[in-house]
Amino acid sequence: MLEVEDIHTYYGESYVLQGISLRIDPGQVIGIVGRNGMGKTTLIRSIVGFTPPRRGHVRFKERDVTGWASNRVVALGLGLVPQGRRVFRSLSVRENLLVALRPGGRWTADGVMEIFPRLRERAESRAGNLSGGEQQMLAIARALVTNPDLLLMDEPTEGLAPLLVREVGHVIERLKADGLSILLVEQNLPLALRLADHLHVLSRGRIVHSGPPDSLAHDSEVRSRYLGL
Amino acid sequence: MEFWVTQLFNGVSYGALLFLLAGGLSLIFGMMRIVNMTHGSHYLLGAYLALTFLTRTGSYVLALLGGALAIAVLGVIEWDRFLQGLRGQELAQVLTTMGLALIFQDLALVTWGGDPYNLKIPAVLSGKYHLGTFFFPVYRVFIIVVALGVAVVLWLVVERTRVGAMMRATVDDAEMARGVGINVSGISLGVFALGAALAAVAGVVAGGFLGIYPGADFEILSYAFVVVIVGGLGSLRGALIGSLLVGLLDNFGKALFPELSYFTLFAPMAAILAVRPTGLFGRA
Repeated sequence: MLEVEDIHTYYGESYVLQGISLRIDPGQVIGIVGRNGMGKTTLIRSIVGFTPPRRGHVRFKERDVTGWASNRVVALGLGLVPQGRRVFRSLSVRENLLVALRPGGRWTADGVMEIFPRLRERAESRAGNLSGGEQQMLAIARALVTNPDLLLMDEPTEGLAPLLVREVGHVIERLKADGLSILLVEQNLPLALRLADHLHVLSRGRIVHSGPPDSLAHDSEVRSRYLGL
Repeated sequence: MEFWVTQLFNGVSYGALLFLLAGGLSLIFGMMRIVNMTHGSHYLLGAYLALTFLTRTGSYVLALLGGALAIAVLGVIEWDRFLQGLRGQELAQVLTTMGLALIFQDLALVTWGGDPYNLKIPAVLSGKYHLGTFFFPVYRVFIIVVALGVAVVLWLVVERTRVGAMMRATVDDAEMARGVGINVSGISLGVFALGAALAAVAGVVAGGFLGIYPGADFEILSYAFVVVIVGGLGSLRGALIGSLLVGLLDNFGKALFPELSYFTLFAPMAAILAVRPTGLFGRA
């Protein structure tokens, strides 16, 4: 589904990703964990094309999408739930879904409102007036209506109350059960351990540990060195 | 009394002309963050081209549409050849459009010479409406009607269609708009071409009462920028209110204190910016 091959990404002169490789197979949930500032968001930005890597390749569905405009990558079937939600604040909830809608797949605007009933109640509200949790639901719903084959989720539980973290967790479980491939960047380690089939630990722009959730759950050295836990 | 009504009417009709010009400029800035110095060139070149079309075909409608269409094509070329590759580089964009504007100015001088022209308006639009003791030139009423029509259509497109929602999403967060699959480059091209065509329409319309002459491009450009700055960058409603305000201020300023006319235009602008740095309807 997705192959990231030795990518190196810079912000100006700052060398952020120093050779990352990973792959995601259909139906897999891959977790990325690590402390702040270690390159997790940059990895997402490199894959979707916001900050293209200077070296290396991103292959999605057998196509080399390195350097493509993001909208073309998204049109190919990549969905993005960005860090900080980034809903279109001056648009209504319904319009946020309308502009992203790519018909012909499993998800419709009505369909996503089934799993997020709160969005249906607030369909005509401006997205900027929603609570943080509602904005997060909208960001997920907006990515789903692009009918992606692979969903990139960048810290979907950041800044949410515990009850909402659980709700987002249930939604991700449900998407996983549906067979959607997901790349999940998550600060919340217990959640990542529960949802991911396979985890990578990122530190200073490199993958320093990879393995199934068990391996990380039992490796207290990796946890304390790279996650501060 | 007659003075006030006449000047009010003149101010409103001048504001209507400014809206035709500034609406596109504001949309272009709001969506693409491009400070487009060629906007005045589009206005003047549109008028000159319409003049040529009018002498060739004798049809005012063909001249108006032909001028607008030709300038839309010019806008597409500018966007595609020069501006698209400079995405996000604001200084480079300002300098590029400034350079193009100077080139267009000289090309116009070479092609149409230095004499001022008046675009002959069709007979239906000449003459006056009588209302009691007042006279209202039909042509100025026509300008107000055209501007209102354009305002309504633009508003409907921006607020009530999917493409309009995509435009607003791009104004909110252009990178994220790409991130949900919106073809931002394609929409930007369309908006740039539309803005150019509207500027040309403004030029053709203005050609009937302000005249067409070298230097009109930069003269009107400063008014368009005042409107956009006062109304708030990227806001259609701001452009509408700003146009009316600037049209009235300029008109009454020139009529009441002719020696202070620039002061009566720019002093209120400075006052508005001091209180609301983003303009009347601008977002931070």
